Amino acid sequence: MFTADLLLNAVVAGVLLGGFYAAVSIGLTISFGQLDVVNIAHPAFVVAGSFCVFVLNERFGLDPILLGLFLTLPFFLAGIGLYRVYFTCFERHGEESLRGLAFFFGVMFIVEVLLIMSFGVDYRLVDTGYIGQSIKLGFIGLPYRLLVPFVVSAVVTVGLYLYLSRTFTGRAILAVSQDRLALRLMGANPISIKQIAFGLAVATAAIAGAMLIVIGPVEPSLGRLYIGRVFAIVVLGGMGSIGGTFVAALILGIVESVVGTMFGPSWAPAVAFGFLLLTLAVRPSGLFGR
Amino acid sequence: MRGAAFWIVAVVIVVAGALGTRLVDNDFIFYASYFVLQFVVLATAWNILGGFTGYVNFGSAAFFAVGAYTSIALDKAFALPLPVLILTGAVASGLIGFGTGYLTLRLRGVYFAIATLALAVVLETLVINWHYVGGATGSYVIPPAEIFFFDTYVEGLFSLMLLLAVAAVAVARYINHSRFGRGLAAIRDDEQAAECMGVPTLKLKLISTTISGGLMGVAGAPYPFFVTYVDPVSAFSLDYAVNAVAMPMIGGTTTWFGPVLGALLLGSLQQWATVTISSELNRLIVGIMLVGFVILAPQGIVGLVRKYLLKARRP
Repeated sequence: MFTADLLLNAVVAGVLLGGFYAAVSIGLTISFGQLDVVNIAHPAFVVAGSFCVFVLNERFGLDPILLGLFLTLPFFLAGIGLYRVYFTCFERHGEESLRGLAFFFGVMFIVEVLLIMSFGVDYRLVDTGYIGQSIKLGFIGLPYRLLVPFVVSAVVTVGLYLYLSRTFTGRAILAVSQDRLALRLMGANPISIKQIAFGLAVATAAIAGAMLIVIGPVEPSLGRLYIGRVFAIVVLGGMGSIGGTFVAALILGIVESVVGTMFGPSWAPAVAFGFLLLTLAVRPSGLFGR
Repeated sequence: MRGAAFWIVAVVIVVAGALGTRLVDNDFIFYASYFVLQFVVLATAWNILGGFTGYVNFGSAAFFAVGAYTSIALDKAFALPLPVLILTGAVASGLIGFGTGYLTLRLRGVYFAIATLALAVVLETLVINWHYVGGATGSYVIPPAEIFFFDTYVEGLFSLMLLLAVAAVAVARYINHSRFGRGLAAIRDDEQAAECMGVPTLKLKLISTTISGGLMGVAGAPYPFFVTYVDPVSAFSLDYAVNAVAMPMIGGTTTWFGPVLGALLLGSLQQWATVTISSELNRLIVGIMLVGFVILAPQGIVGLVRKYLLKARRP
């Protein structure tokens, strides 16, 4: 029986889920939306982040979200390295379209295979005090395993928004997405700015990975399920808008959660694809695009 | 290769393959060769869109699986003969290609690539929820007991796949040399310029996507009869998508011969590696070779050989 409180619960769960989706997508908003680097390996990096958190959690028993924050530094450096390779091999020659895509596709596959080789195809999970508990507000349940990622994601979103709009480097990143030549004329080096921005984008994958393993068990090929979602969110959010990404992620989360409650959770991945195709066919500039 | 020479070689290969089944008794050779030939079809199909037109398809596994599942459904419903199933598989995959292309090909090529990635996930979801073809648990296909002319079932399928592979290569070769193929090359090199010169870019892209998708369906249609058990995880395996990209990239994408070379090399290497070393390591090798070739030899083996020949000619 589909009742009003079931629907309300689904919507609330969708909002929380959407917050988590925002954290997964925000890195791609920076790399794809602002830098025009089509990093299709981003969801694979998120899963890699989850496994790093899993290993560190097993060894030191620290909180997964805290570990995710620690991991942003190595992920940031890895992102800078990856962008260096991408730039010298593809972007410099203007060959980013076909070969760049194939490059990231190969990277995605390699990450997945390496994870399978070191962890097998089993589901892994972490255990902390708050997983499994929830707050009850009337008949609405707020499970901590969704609430904590939502809050962290909101903080990350606001932080990134402030960073991009208030600091010099942040503004330079926005500038590089608008006009590279103009930025160079202003005396800033677009390549080093893009490098920092890409590092930042990959760094968010570490935090998102920590959330992913808090929300539920993780296996190496899980990233594929997120490709449709994250690109749907980034495009719907208007390609490069931080706030737009958050709103689009909430919309997708709510729709997915309601569809999942009505028709069963196995249909959820199809929702994101429908979203993506609909956005591309009807409004490719996104909800908030110009 | 000139027209007549190509056709003579093609006929000789098919006849030799069919006669070879009479001489060789080792079934494993045909089993392994079937896989390699299947990849020849898949890589050639990918290259018609990816190499000739410059639009990347990451969802080859989805098109392959559509061919396979069309076969399963129609075999279960009407028990149609295999040639008809191959045709229906091609039509189904071609239609999927056309639909995806129609929705996304007017935008930048990146969006098409992303849509194909997501397509694989959504079609897998549909099949998992489609209980008639076995859902998530998969389904068994009972192969016919006897097959015309051949001693064993595997030999027959091998010969069939050989014929399909040669046919796919002939289609790719024809496109490569035709007016249509030159239009595709113009799109690949500079789409805006092509549009300005009067090339009907959207139409050509759509035809190219449909043919490419249809041929992938051809590769997938006999698959259920070959393995006799198909589940969504194996039919939609990322390996197909990665190999379909890697093989043309390694062989060379601008000619019809590149993907054939890449598929024969990488396919045989994988068959050999799966037997001798672990299959995970073998997947890693494919991934590393893809990235390595994309970075170091973007024109593939064909490009390397060409460069070498040019150097040799001009001392």
